[in-house]
Amino acid sequence: MTTTPLAVEATGLVKTFGTNRAVDGVDLRVEAGTVYGVLGPNGAGKTTTISMLATLLKADAGEARVFGHDVRREAQTVRSLIGVTGQYASVDETLSATENLVIFSRLLGLSRAESKRKSVELLERFGLTEAAKRPLKNFSGGMRRRLDLAASLIAQPPLIFLDEPTTGLDPRTRAQMWDTIRELVATGSTVLLTTQYLDEADQLADRIAVIDHGRVVAEGTGDELKASIGTSSLQLRLTDALRLDAARALVRNTLGVDAVASPEGSRLTAPMSDPDRVTDLLVSFREAGISLAEMSVQKPTLDEVFLTITGAPATTDDDAQRELEGSIA
Amino acid sequence: MTTIAPTTSPRVAPRPGIGATGLGATIRQSFTMAYRGLVKVRRTPEQLFDVTLMPIVFTVMFTYIFGGAIAGDIGSYLPVIIPGILVQTNITSSIVTGVQLREDMDKGVFDRFKSLPIARIAPLAGALLADTVRYAIATAITFTVGIIMGLRPEGGAAAVVLAGLLVIVVAWAISWIFAYFGVIARTASSVSGIANLVLFPLTFLSNAFVPTDTLPGWLRWFTEVNPISHLITAVRELINHGAVTGDLWISLLGAAVVVAVFAPLTVRAYMRKA
Repeated sequence: MTTTPLAVEATGLVKTFGTNRAVDGVDLRVEAGTVYGVLGPNGAGKTTTISMLATLLKADAGEARVFGHDVRREAQTVRSLIGVTGQYASVDETLSATENLVIFSRLLGLSRAESKRKSVELLERFGLTEAAKRPLKNFSGGMRRRLDLAASLIAQPPLIFLDEPTTGLDPRTRAQMWDTIRELVATGSTVLLTTQYLDEADQLADRIAVIDHGRVVAEGTGDELKASIGTSSLQLRLTDALRLDAARALVRNTLGVDAVASPEGSRLTAPMSDPDRVTDLLVSFREAGISLAEMSVQKPTLDEVFLTITGAPATTDDDAQRELEGSIA
Repeated sequence: MTTIAPTTSPRVAPRPGIGATGLGATIRQSFTMAYRGLVKVRRTPEQLFDVTLMPIVFTVMFTYIFGGAIAGDIGSYLPVIIPGILVQTNITSSIVTGVQLREDMDKGVFDRFKSLPIARIAPLAGALLADTVRYAIATAITFTVGIIMGLRPEGGAAAVVLAGLLVIVVAWAISWIFAYFGVIARTASSVSGIANLVLFPLTFLSNAFVPTDTLPGWLRWFTEVNPISHLITAVRELINHGAVTGDLWISLLGAAVVVAVFAPLTVRAYMRKA
């Protein structure tokens, strides 16, 4: 049995809007002190899942606990343990940055003096001191997100939900946001973030759940997910496209796998489980007089994982899923 | 099955001082939210046009149009019409509360309010509380315009203040109705549309502008049961005679009933809204 405390423990969460099952039986286990990424395309049910965990929405079925507190029965306790940064900046447009933070601090029960001090401290930490008095209307998207995150940290909650923290940000601001999130975890917070960006999940998250059509279709560390999609692949480009079939036959003989030809017909891609055997393959190519224009080894990317799991046609979808779960378990 | 499975995760307790509940905390949180509302008003003063200009325009216009015909001269019409305009302006202004609450709730910041460990009623109560400032402005301007035009309240200054407070309290209570419609309505504009449709006849089919004894029987019956007439009568008795009448208690009772019904309804609708 695990002895690591669980920050989030959700089983069979379901939320239906009309006929649309936005979340269709989601299970999540997030260990305290880690970053957990929920990865999925638009409309996969990420925001709805977070809303249920953050007590903003009532689940139609299933249970969820935050640090052992039931989100339905002990909603108020859960609320004091979490910070939520929404997909759209959940700060007040007409107010200044300081006013926003002071109001949230006061609502959380801090005294007037404490609220002021906390706001100054947070604004400094997020590099917003100079803009403190300006109304948010003049804030850039990145500044707004940073203020939003700052507001979530007032009570120093042990668990922070970040719903698509970098959607719509330029690459530089996104990198800044990533650094901020890493710092958060370094201070001991647990972070549950959603994202549609594969590299973001890969960069930040200790574990990733891939979610599609309201279901978790794969779960594991970034490496596990990549490994589950198969090994690295060998890519070969032939000088003479007419020798493609001969080359495929050689690949089948030496590596024991079927190579896939690229649409334009000059390139072969083959899964590479044992790099040593590539030597044999190259030798046999030379013996057969097949000359290579280019050769490379491609590591699997999370994009491939994502596409394989969520983008594949419905018939093969289940198979891919079963394989994945089998290899991770 | 929803039996509580034994959990392996240790229960982490919130930091002390975070997320207080109880009456004291609820009131404090509501006042913080009211402060937020006031800062917003200060940032966008054009929001106050309706409570500053409307009482001036209405008082001057209606007094000069109806004054001679109804009361013989302007001076003797003022004690009748000022309470009428006062109530009408305040009640109409409480619609704006519902509309603005709706607009406010459509913004992301309300998601954060929902996720904070605060009393559920605080964001709503705070918004409505801040709007009493609007009613106070409307009340002060109406009385001022009236006095400039020649109104001399016989009840005295204290009675005028008391009458003002009465109207503000009732307007605040009625704003819960529009807050409720604000929460359940799909758009802000539909709130003001429906509210005006109801309130326009309700304020005019009262004793606000004319004595009711010339009205046909059925209409007179309506103006007499109309709660707005009770409030207007209460204000008239206060400022013109310094008298606290049954109408005042009926108005306060009505206000209490409205809050008792609509405040819980509004909070429930607010909670259900995603």
